[in-house]
Amino acid sequence: MRSNDSSPFPQRWLPYLLLAPQLVITLVFFVWPTYDALSGAFYQSSPFGLGTHFAGLANFTALFTDPNYLHAFGVTALYAVATTLASMGLGLLLAVLTEGLLRGHTLFRTLFIWPYAVAPAIAGALWMFMFAPQVGPGTRLLIALGIHWNYTLHGHQAMLLVIALTAWQQIAYNFLFFTAGLQGIPASLLEAAALDGSGPIRRFWDVTFPLLAPTTFFLLVMNTLYVFFDTFGVIQIVTQGGPANATTTLVYKLYEDGFQNLNLGSAAAQSIILMTLVGLLTVFQFRYLDRKVHYQ
Amino acid sequence: MQSFGQKALNRRTVGIVGGLLAFSTLFGAHSAYAADRIQIQFWNAMSGKLGETVQHLADEFNQSQSRYTVKPVFKGTYKQTMLSTIAAFRAHNPPDIVQIFDVGTATMMSAKGAYIPVYELMKKEQIPFSTRQFIPAAASYYSNTRGHLVSLPFNSSTPVIFYNKALFAKAGVQPPKTWAEMGAVGQKLRATGAACGFTTGWPAWVQLEQFSLWNGLHYATHDNGYKAIKGVKLLINEKPYVEHLARLGAWSKSGVFEYGGPENKSRPLFVSGHCAMYMGSSASYAAIKGGAQFPFGIAPMPYDARLSGAPQNTVVGGASLWVMKGLPASHYAGIAAFLKFMMSGKAQAYWASHTGYVPVTLAGFEQLKREGFYQKQPGAMVAIDELSNKPPRAWTMGIRLGYMPQLRQIERNEMEAVFAGHKSAQAALDDAARQGDKLLAQFAASVGQ
Repeated sequence: MRSNDSSPFPQRWLPYLLLAPQLVITLVFFVWPTYDALSGAFYQSSPFGLGTHFAGLANFTALFTDPNYLHAFGVTALYAVATTLASMGLGLLLAVLTEGLLRGHTLFRTLFIWPYAVAPAIAGALWMFMFAPQVGPGTRLLIALGIHWNYTLHGHQAMLLVIALTAWQQIAYNFLFFTAGLQGIPASLLEAAALDGSGPIRRFWDVTFPLLAPTTFFLLVMNTLYVFFDTFGVIQIVTQGGPANATTTLVYKLYEDGFQNLNLGSAAAQSIILMTLVGLLTVFQFRYLDRKVHYQ
Repeated sequence: MQSFGQKALNRRTVGIVGGLLAFSTLFGAHSAYAADRIQIQFWNAMSGKLGETVQHLADEFNQSQSRYTVKPVFKGTYKQTMLSTIAAFRAHNPPDIVQIFDVGTATMMSAKGAYIPVYELMKKEQIPFSTRQFIPAAASYYSNTRGHLVSLPFNSSTPVIFYNKALFAKAGVQPPKTWAEMGAVGQKLRATGAACGFTTGWPAWVQLEQFSLWNGLHYATHDNGYKAIKGVKLLINEKPYVEHLARLGAWSKSGVFEYGGPENKSRPLFVSGHCAMYMGSSASYAAIKGGAQFPFGIAPMPYDARLSGAPQNTVVGGASLWVMKGLPASHYAGIAAFLKFMMSGKAQAYWASHTGYVPVTLAGFEQLKREGFYQKQPGAMVAIDELSNKPPRAWTMGIRLGYMPQLRQIERNEMEAVFAGHKSAQAALDDAARQGDKLLAQFAASVGQ
């Protein structure tokens, strides 16, 4: 669209009329509920909404004096960083290796993308059965290796299980984008580097990786968001936030307090905090990492 | 070309018109059907075989009269059922009858204006009704301070020990009657080849709540929250609880006890033959019978012999039926009739013998005795014996605290820290009591007290 053009519409109100359906949908399904949540954070009410009273910042102060809530921050940070690093690293590795193959591209691509097609709930159930204490096949293997595996008792094992499961699903997603990114790299650049006498590893770090920067940056944002918002299902199925709160992330705690404990005021306050946090994270990523990204 | 298009169009039109006709006849029939029978929505959380059993009872009621049709609607888990009910109530479109789990009782009771107490409904509809028609430990959980039932006890269970008879015979032991015996029995079992002595389901429910009642202890002030909402404090960090949890922690190290996760996640440890005992809901009977490849028995929960009041009584877990407010006036007579049917000896006997839950009315219990059910399944008596071991004292009627699901979660997390050896029992229960007290104060504030 060229902005110096005069409006292509004969009537002034026509564009607004055409925009109206989308605007109405946004207002009804996004703005209004958001406003509702924002206002709910400053009230305390009984579950049935029979006795609502203004609570000021009580919901927020209760949260920040709750050691479990502060603990959930740490858990979420660990979970997000570990999952993002593992799934992006492995996704990139698999993408590069697949790209380097002479034949069988399609077969490997299909196989690597497959886990992403498994619904997180199903994946959670699968892994839960595989690593169930004493009876799971994965558990038996670990016990045979001399590992005392019982993720319902040991917090770090539960965390490891949830990270591995989430990463397993996210690898496919990252693999897909890295594969697309790799195909966008001009062969001439790599050829030139090869003629200058650099080996495959050098070529990767000096040519391929910098050119993948936009993809990497995009995936960094997407993976972080995914762990922050979309992982509650996996945790609900596999660990229910346990043992001893070891896998209670911010979004899972929000679910527990809102949907299980019917403490709606606290849940509303938590969603505001979560929203702010993710907003800040994204701003940070755009401000500090974006400078290092060269878009072609 | 055009004729083809027209033909296709005609065919499509015919299809659409036919579809509409079919639809209208369907709806016409439906509304005619609804006109002579009042529909009663019964929201519940009974899945699978349990759901079929509920449907069977509803069908039986529907065939017994011609004015009402009770429609059981499956709403997902207990939590989801309660959430749906709250959402429907807020939208001024509540179901008629809804099944609410035991830990939702305090929240429901404090929501005055959302429900009609069952005893009031029965009085208004002139149906003879008394708390004394029910098993005391089931009635006490759902009655108000004056002993009137606010909701109708429905699916009720209580914790028992399931034990592996093969492993017990090998070790030459009997099910432990006291917690002290539990240690000795567990060690013998481990010495004769069992990998673990016992595991437990529902840690907070079995090892704290029911442990408290069964040993005649106080769980919280004001008779466990029965007498008041404001100012209630937890007493779970007192000596008997601390000693019990410390013992479980020590056994978790030595292998007498193995933790296998919250709710019923540890059941496979027993069913696979890994643990010789499982402490869990008596309603697990069907699931264990379906999975276990060995003979198993049922025994009562162990008690602490050093406590003078033990054993006292357990109370029911499970759920009860609530009648919602704000329905068309014509519905209430039908709801009352259905609840009366659900209390009958016939319905209770059918329910208990098909599910593994206990009968909640004395009429149901008598009926099952007459049918010889307890000769066929002596294990089913254990739960009833525990529930009616002694008449409930003021502080063993049940545990009625706000935000109870959250409270259990806190307790479960603290207990897990002890089982894993990260925390001392005293510190864990102190922390649980402190967090719990804060919640209880919040609950009191939220219901305006």
